Amino acid sequence: MRISLTLNGRATTASEVDPNASLLDLLRDDLGQVGSKDACRQGECGSCTVLLDGRLACACLVHAAQADGRSVLTIEGLGPSEGLTDLQQALLDRGAVQCGFCTPGIVVATLHLLERTPRPTEAEVRAALSGNLCRCTGYQSIVDAVLDVAAERSDS
Amino acid sequence: MSAIRPTTLADAVVVRSERPDLEPVAGGTDLMVEVNFGRTELAGVLDLTAVRELQGIDRDDRHIRIGAAHPMAEIEERLPDLAALAAAVATVGSPQIRARATLGGNLATASPAGDSLPALLVHDAEVEVAGTAGIRRMPLGEALVAPGRTTLRPDELIVAFRVPRSAWRSRFAKVGKRNAMVIATCSAAVAVNTDTGAARVAAGAVAPTARRLPAAEARLEELAGASATPTERALDELADAVRADIAPIDDHRSTAAYRRHATATLVRRLAGRLLSTP
Amino acid sequence: MTVTTETREVGGQVGAARRHRDGVPKVAGEFAFASDLHRDGALFGATLRSSLASALIRRVDVGPALRIPGVRCALTHMDVPGRSTYGLEIPDQPVLAADRIRYQGEPVAIVAADTPALARRGVAAIAVDCEPLPALTDAEAAILPSAPPLHPDGNVLRRIEVRHGPDAWLERSDLVVVEGSYELGMQDQAFLGPEAGIAEPTPDGGVRLDVATQWLHVDRAQMASSLALPEEKVHLSLAGVGGAFGGREDLSVQIHAAMLALRTGRPIKMTYGREESFLGHVHRHPARLHYVHATDHEGRLRWVRARIVLDGGAYASSSRAVCLNAASTAVGPYRCPAARVEAIVAYTNNPPCGAMRGFGAVQTCFAYEAQMDKLAGALGLSPVELRLRNAADEQDELPTGQRFGRPAPAARLLTRLSQHPLPDMPLGSTFSGEAAAASQPGDLRRGVGWAVGFKNVGFSAGFNEHSTARVRLDADDSGLIATVHTAACEVGQGLVTVQEQIARTELPVAAVHLHTADTGVGNAGSSSASRQTWVTGGAVRDACRAVRRELVRSVCELAGCAEDDVTLDLDGARTPESTIPYAEVIGGRPVEATRVFRPPRTEALDDDGQGDAHFAFAYAAHRAVVDVDAELGIVRLVEIATTQDVGRAVNPLGVEGQIAGGIAQGIGLALMEELVLEDGQLRNGSFTDYLLPTSLDVPRIRAEVLELGHPESPYGLNGVGEPPTIASTAAIAAAVRDATGASVARVPIRPEDLVAEREHSWSP
Repeated sequence: MRISLTLNGRATTASEVDPNASLLDLLRDDLGQVGSKDACRQGECGSCTVLLDGRLACACLVHAAQADGRSVLTIEGLGPSEGLTDLQQALLDRGAVQCGFCTPGIVVATLHLLERTPRPTEAEVRAALSGNLCRCTGYQSIVDAVLDVAAERSDS
Repeated sequence: MSAIRPTTLADAVVVRSERPDLEPVAGGTDLMVEVNFGRTELAGVLDLTAVRELQGIDRDDRHIRIGAAHPMAEIEERLPDLAALAAAVATVGSPQIRARATLGGNLATASPAGDSLPALLVHDAEVEVAGTAGIRRMPLGEALVAPGRTTLRPDELIVAFRVPRSAWRSRFAKVGKRNAMVIATCSAAVAVNTDTGAARVAAGAVAPTARRLPAAEARLEELAGASATPTERALDELADAVRADIAPIDDHRSTAAYRRHATATLVRRLAGRLLSTP
Repeated sequence: MTVTTETREVGGQVGAARRHRDGVPKVAGEFAFASDLHRDGALFGATLRSSLASALIRRVDVGPALRIPGVRCALTHMDVPGRSTYGLEIPDQPVLAADRIRYQGEPVAIVAADTPALARRGVAAIAVDCEPLPALTDAEAAILPSAPPLHPDGNVLRRIEVRHGPDAWLERSDLVVVEGSYELGMQDQAFLGPEAGIAEPTPDGGVRLDVATQWLHVDRAQMASSLALPEEKVHLSLAGVGGAFGGREDLSVQIHAAMLALRTGRPIKMTYGREESFLGHVHRHPARLHYVHATDHEGRLRWVRARIVLDGGAYASSSRAVCLNAASTAVGPYRCPAARVEAIVAYTNNPPCGAMRGFGAVQTCFAYEAQMDKLAGALGLSPVELRLRNAADEQDELPTGQRFGRPAPAARLLTRLSQHPLPDMPLGSTFSGEAAAASQPGDLRRGVGWAVGFKNVGFSAGFNEHSTARVRLDADDSGLIATVHTAACEVGQGLVTVQEQIARTELPVAAVHLHTADTGVGNAGSSSASRQTWVTGGAVRDACRAVRRELVRSVCELAGCAEDDVTLDLDGARTPESTIPYAEVIGGRPVEATRVFRPPRTEALDDDGQGDAHFAFAYAAHRAVVDVDAELGIVRLVEIATTQDVGRAVNPLGVEGQIAGGIAQGIGLALMEELVLEDGQLRNGSFTDYLLPTSLDVPRIRAEVLELGHPESPYGLNGVGEPPTIASTAAIAAAVRDATGASVARVPIRPEDLVAEREHSWSP
C-alpha cells in the first residue's frame, strides 16, 4: 500500500506498506518515528496514543490505510522545536517520568484532555488517563503535573 | 488498490460485493487486534469511516437513528433519553477506544460481552443493514446468533441502529475487577416504558450472545404495573427469574456461579432504582 | 501526594529533589528504548516456544523454516557453542530445549530473517515432534517423594528449616493460639517496555549486545559460557529500559540474539511482543503459607510456626534466594522468642518464577500480617496496639537469629501512621466507570486495614556483594567535569540522577557526564534488592573521593602548599596565594580512579537456619482504606497512607516515585493481578486479562518519609524500592476484612471468593 498523510504538520508518504500494517507499524517501521511505543498491540496500554484528525486513537488499532489523507499528531510533533511544552516540563518537575515508556502516550492524551477541558478536576484527569497504563509511577505525580499545568494556564 | 474509503453507502455496498477480499473496518478496535496477532491476514480494507449514512444521530417523530460507524465517544452526551445506551458506551474500554469504537463494531464482533448490546436490546433497537439486495431491518436480537456470528449476509454492511422513540426509562450496569478498561464479567440493562408499562431486561457476558430475559421481563412488568414501590420479596423473585434465563460459564475471568449471582444482583438493583425514581 | 520530608541540599547534591536525568528525551519521545534501536543491515530474530507445559522432544526439524526465502538461519540446542544451560543460581535452564520441555513457553529454536514477519513465519514453519507428558503443576504434590522428578536432584529446589529459640516455648497451655492458611497467586512484573536487544558480531570473533536488562555482568558471564567465548570478547551495553521490577534479571534475548549474530555474521534485533513477554520472563512465586501464632494473654508473641511452600516453576532462576528471604522474614518485624519455620521452593511444570520486587518478603508479609490481625481479634486489641506490643527493637532477633539492628522503626512508623486522620471522602467516591452504576453508596461498606513489613536490602548469605565505579576528572573553561562510569542499570528508578547527585556532593563540578552503563567497567551487581543507591552510590562516592584527593595533591604540587591549605571551589582550587583554574590543575592529564564498594559482610545460614545473612533491613507501614460492595465482591481503594524510613532521601522526588509505584504494584497483587494457569497453560497472557491498576484504581497516596539514618551506609541512606510493595497488599486485605468480615485468605481477592464466603456465612 502507499500511504500519504500529514504527519506532525508535514506531508509524508510511505510506499510499500504491508496490507496488515497498523498506523503504529507505519509510524515506527516505515517512517522511523519511534516515539509512539509498542507495548501491547491491543489498545490496552495507551503507549501508542496519537491524535488522528484531532481525535484520540491508539495507533495500534488504526489500520495504516485509515490514516491515508488524514493528519496525525504524535509525540514527535508536540511543542516547540526548541525546549519543552509546559506539560512536558511539569511532568519532569513532578517526578512523573521514571522509565518513560508510557510518557509519550500520556503527553498526547493529556494534550487532548486540556484542549477540551482546560480546568479539569482530578477525577476528570484520572478518567482521561484511564487508557494509559503506567507501571512505575502510581499515577499520582502524573495527575499532579496535569493539574499544575491547568492551574498555571488559567492563572496566566 | 488495497484500501478503499467510499463516502456513500451505495459505493460502499458496491465495493463490498466486488471486492470481498477487502475487510470492512470502521473503528478497528476488534479487527486490528486480530490482525496484530496474526489471527487475521488482510489483503486490504474497506474503510467505512467516511460513509456519511453511517454517521450521525438523527431524530424524527418516531425514531432515533444512530449511524453504525459513529464513534461511541460522540454518542454518550447526545442520548440522555437512552440512558442505558449512554451509560453502556461510557464504560467501553478507555478514552482512546471510545474515540474510535462503534455500535456497528459491537454488533459485527458479536462478542457475548459487547457492552452496547444489552442496552440496545432493552430499547427495542433495530439494526439496518445494506447489501446488494437492498436495505433491510431486523430487531437486534435476530441479528445476534453466536459468539462472532450474526445473521448478516457476506455482502451486507451495518448501516445504522434505530430505536423507537417511546417513554422508555432505562439503566445499565456492568461488573468488572477494575475501574476502567475491563471486559464485563457480566452486564445488565433494564427498561420500563412509562406509557405502555412494558418492561425489558437484557444481560451480557452470561450467554453466547447478549440477550433479553423473558421471565425477568414478565416479572419486571408486574412490578412496574403495581402502584407501590416493590418489596424486597418481589425484587428477590425478579432476581430468581434472571437466574433462570441466563447460561453463564466458567472461564479465566470468572465463574458461572458468580456471574449468575452478579447478573441477578445487577438487575435487582437497577430495577429497584428505576422503580423508586419518580 | 502528600509527602513530608526535608529538602536540605541545594545545587543538585544528595538530598535535593532532582528531575530525572534522562527526563528530557523521555518526555520528548526521543529516549531510545531497546525496542527502538535500529541498525542498518540487521536481521530480525524470533523464538519458537513450546505450547506444551511438559513433554519429551522427539525431533525438531528446522528444514521447512530454512526453505522460506528471507529466512537466514534457524538454530536449535545443537547449535549452542558452549554450555547448553544457564541460570542465576543453578545453571539448569537450557538455552534451547534439548530433549525435554518443562514449561509452556520454553524456547525450542530461534530463527533469523530479513523482516520480523518472516522470522515469525520461519518460527511457525519449524516442525516439532513432541510426546506430551503429564504436567506437575501443584507445588505440594511436586515435593512428595512419589512425584516424578523434573530435575535430577528431585523437585525440592531448596528447603530451609529454621529453629530459633527453645522448644520449651512451643507449648499451647495458657496461650492464645491462632492458625491460618494463606495463598498468593502468580503476579507478573509487567514492565511496559518489552524485552529487546541488538547483537552484533565483532571483528575479534566476539559479540556486542545492546540490551534492556538489570545486570550486565551476570548476563555477560552466562553469554560467554554458552557462546564458548572469553568474557573479554563479549561486550554488553545498556539500552533504554522500560521498567524491570525483577523481570529482567534472568536472560531473555541475550544468548539467542548473539547466537544468531555469530552464525549469520549480521546484526540481529530481537523484540518480544506482550504475549511473548509474559512467557519470556520469570514471575513472582505463588505461595501457600500455613502459620500458627501463639501469644500470652497480653498479646506478646511467644512462638510462631510457619510452613511456606513457594512454586518455583520449571527452572531455578533466583528461587533459592527468594526462599532464604521468605525464611528470614517469616515472622515479620516483631519480637518473637521462638520460631520454627520450614520454607520450601519446589520445581513444577509451571512457568519459572524468580525475582519480583519484594522477593519472598511480600508473600510472608501477607500471611504474618493476617495472623497479627487474627491475634488482635482474639485478644480484643486493636490491630495497631497488638503490633506495637510486639514491634521489634534493634536488639530483637529475626527467626534466623540475626539482630534487627539499627534502625528498627516498626513501632515508630506505625505510631506516626496511626496519627494520620482518616480520609474525608464520601462512600463510593472512588467507584467510577461502570462500577459507579453497579454500586451505589448504599451498597458499600468502608474498611480500614493496617500492615507493617520489612525487607532485607541487598544480596545476602555471603554473596560477593559489591559494585564498581570509575570516575574521571577533566576540566575546561567552565570548570571541573566529572565523568562517571558504572555498569549499574537505570531501569526508571532514577539511578543515573542519584549518581550525578553524589558526584556533585563530593566534587565541585560544573558538569557531570554519565558514561553509558556497559561491561567496560567492573560489576555493579543487579538493579534489584533495593541495593543500587547504597552499593553503586557508595562506589561512586568512593571513586569521587579518590579523584578528589588526587586533585588536591596536584594542586599542592603546583602551588607548593600543604593539603590543608587547599579548598576546592566551583571556579577553581583556592590556595593561600590564589585560585587556580581547574583546567590548569588538570593540564590535559585527566585524573581517574576506579573503586569497588562493599557493604557489610553477610554469612550463610547454618543447618538450623541461623546466621547473619543480611546486611540491612528497610521498613514501611501502610494503612489502606477501601470501599467494598460485599454483595458483588467489588473492592475499590479510597486512600493508601504510608510511613517509610528511607535512611536518607537522596532524591526526594525519586523516593516519592518509588513509594507510589511500589504501592500501585501492591494494589495490583491485592485486587487484580494474577497469571491464571490451567495445567501449566497460561490463560491470560495479555493486558486484556492480566489487569494492571489504571489511574482510576490507584487512589491518592499519602506518604510520610522518615530519614532515621542508617549507621553503616553512604550518607545514611537505606534501600527504598521494595518496602512500598511489601505491606501494601497486606493492608488492603486487612481493610477488606474490616469491611466485610471475610477471611481474605488469598490474594488477589477475587469477587467470587468474597461472595462465596458471604453466602456461606449468611446461610441459615
